[in-house]
Amino acid sequence: MTVGLFIPCYIDQFYPNAAIATLNLLKKLGVDVVYPTKQTCCGQPMANSGFEHLTQGCNNLFIENFAEFDYIVSPSGSCVLHLKDHLNAKSSDNEAQAKSIRKKIYELTEFLTDVLKVDKLTASFPHKVGMHQSCHGQRGLMLAQMTELVAPAYSKPMHLLNMVQGLEIITLNRPDECCGFGGTFCVAEEAVSAKMGKDRVADHVHNGAEYITAADMSCLMHMEGILRRQKSNVKVIHIAEILNAQEF
Amino acid sequence: MSKGTKDHAQLSDVFNADEARVNWHDETLWFVRAKRDKAAHNLPEWEMLRETASQIKDNVLSNLHDYLLQFESMAQENGIKVHWASNGEEHNQIVHSILKDSGVDRIVKSKSMLTEECHLNDYLQHNGIEVIDTDLGERIVQLANEPPSHIVLPCIHKKKEEIGDLFHEHLGTPEGMADPVFLTAAAREHLREKFITRKAAITGVNFAVAETGEFVVCTNEGNADMGAHLADVHIACMGIEKLVPQRKHLSVFLRLLARSATGQPITTYSSHFKRPRKGQTMHIILVDNGRTTQLGRPDFRNSLKCIRCGACMNTCPVYRRSGGHSYHTAIAGPIGSILAPNLDMKEYADLPFASTLCGSCTNVCPVKINIHEQLYKWRQVIVKEGYADPKKAMAMKAMEFTLSKPAVYKTAGKAGRWVLKHIPFAVNNKLNLWYNHREMPAVPKQSFGEWYKENVKHD
Repeated sequence: MTVGLFIPCYIDQFYPNAAIATLNLLKKLGVDVVYPTKQTCCGQPMANSGFEHLTQGCNNLFIENFAEFDYIVSPSGSCVLHLKDHLNAKSSDNEAQAKSIRKKIYELTEFLTDVLKVDKLTASFPHKVGMHQSCHGQRGLMLAQMTELVAPAYSKPMHLLNMVQGLEIITLNRPDECCGFGGTFCVAEEAVSAKMGKDRVADHVHNGAEYITAADMSCLMHMEGILRRQKSNVKVIHIAEILNAQEF
Repeated sequence: MSKGTKDHAQLSDVFNADEARVNWHDETLWFVRAKRDKAAHNLPEWEMLRETASQIKDNVLSNLHDYLLQFESMAQENGIKVHWASNGEEHNQIVHSILKDSGVDRIVKSKSMLTEECHLNDYLQHNGIEVIDTDLGERIVQLANEPPSHIVLPCIHKKKEEIGDLFHEHLGTPEGMADPVFLTAAAREHLREKFITRKAAITGVNFAVAETGEFVVCTNEGNADMGAHLADVHIACMGIEKLVPQRKHLSVFLRLLARSATGQPITTYSSHFKRPRKGQTMHIILVDNGRTTQLGRPDFRNSLKCIRCGACMNTCPVYRRSGGHSYHTAIAGPIGSILAPNLDMKEYADLPFASTLCGSCTNVCPVKINIHEQLYKWRQVIVKEGYADPKKAMAMKAMEFTLSKPAVYKTAGKAGRWVLKHIPFAVNNKLNLWYNHREMPAVPKQSFGEWYKENVKHD
């Protein structure tokens, strides 16, 4: 089994540590991982702004880079959801490839849970952690049960975090409210976006989090921007970094 | 209501100037969402009810023509006069002509989002007819000369002190009196006189039953009943999508409606109107106003399933922090944002973008409208139809150019990080909207791509 590692553009540029942790974690679990070096972006920033018709270049490039792998894994629920829902080929020649990619692409925690069926980890992270349920991962990829639905509880990221030694998960007042990032929403609707971010951060801070984690770096980038503006000691950390941590 | 020169983002900016008020608004509506959750979780069959309701409405939308004719003929058989209006203007004219024929120039009206959508109050007042809204929340916003900010809770944006001031000014309650029990009693007395003296009453319609020709009006205050039962003329205004095939289907919708709206098991009054009482005339106006256009849009037709419960507003993190008026349309929030562009794509081009696409609206919707997916799809339509900001279109083209070419991306990435690292002034200024409330990400020494090249051995 060979896994193609998809590192979304903003993680590549601003959060290389999340990407390195993802790579190392997968390797530690015995996965043969390859990072195709000509990758860029899933096209979501354009598509969510109403410019899906401009994403063909990104789509073609993605198919070129990733069609050959058995699985594609990415540390970003939002980008994975976008590709699952909207990756299309330009011609019928590679539509089969696009369709196959839409099926074999996984967000990291769902890959660990559903494909590798990980039941123990040698990780240690002795801190109080708030788990941010990113909307696209949670409601789109169904990584965790949603509070709106009347259905049994589960959470793939939480299941993995529970395997980490010393880690204490804090309880939030609103377990799955959006952080307000929303791609270009964060500048197009700046007032509401920032207020949503402040409120989300406050829930974690008031409940005693030392770290806020998520399966989506974009939400964390947003909340980090707010935390740093507030000169808070609370930090954000991608879930891959916790699952790969050796802090004692 | 028109947005004038301000769009949702700008109106939200104004709303957010008073953060304490935003907190209060958010908490108030979150409380309603929490009540809805509790009510839903008390019914193990909740998800099955939603699915059933969704399928019944699918059936209605696919056979609307037949159900409408069946409803018309049954209603006529029951002695109800049925009128058809293709748009808001026709609807308003029909109401006006019924009132003129009845010699009535003062009426009471219970809650009807359709009449808000058609701007009936303005039309009637312009034609010399006085309209008193009898739903308490609607009466409050009417006194304040404002439109409702929420379809179920029209004055949810007002604090009790503000309502006390309004009542002091208009109903003569003591200055500074803000006790809800006192104010409600004052409103009751004020409205009682209207109910007794007005000869015509307008109500909305929550559900119309094709099989029997009857319609159901749901209220918590009994004001629709008070109006209709005391008036010689009852005019019920309904959108053509309000039909259900059979009376038994109400057993699904009445269980979902109030639980979704406020967390109550059922509305206090779910009143069935089937035939006029002796001496009364009863009219139903069936209104299209863009609904058949929406029915013809495959991606958006199931927005017509909406039963106007408001659950999507209460759960929406954007609505809670921007207020109903920021949507500058009769029906605010996520559902309004997928309905309004159908009526006027240019005027409401901003609304599908007033969302993070978090998907909570879709999950609470009792008839399973895929609201957030429709928001995404409206964005594509609005851009294609040319209603996007030209500056945004330029930026998107530049982004596409960079992101579809690995070599350009790598260079731009370096430049982007270089800018962030070396000239924070260039990006950390007032023109950068991110920076108003948020720090920029710290700049790493190298990208992951660069690290990988240096650190991972290749076979």
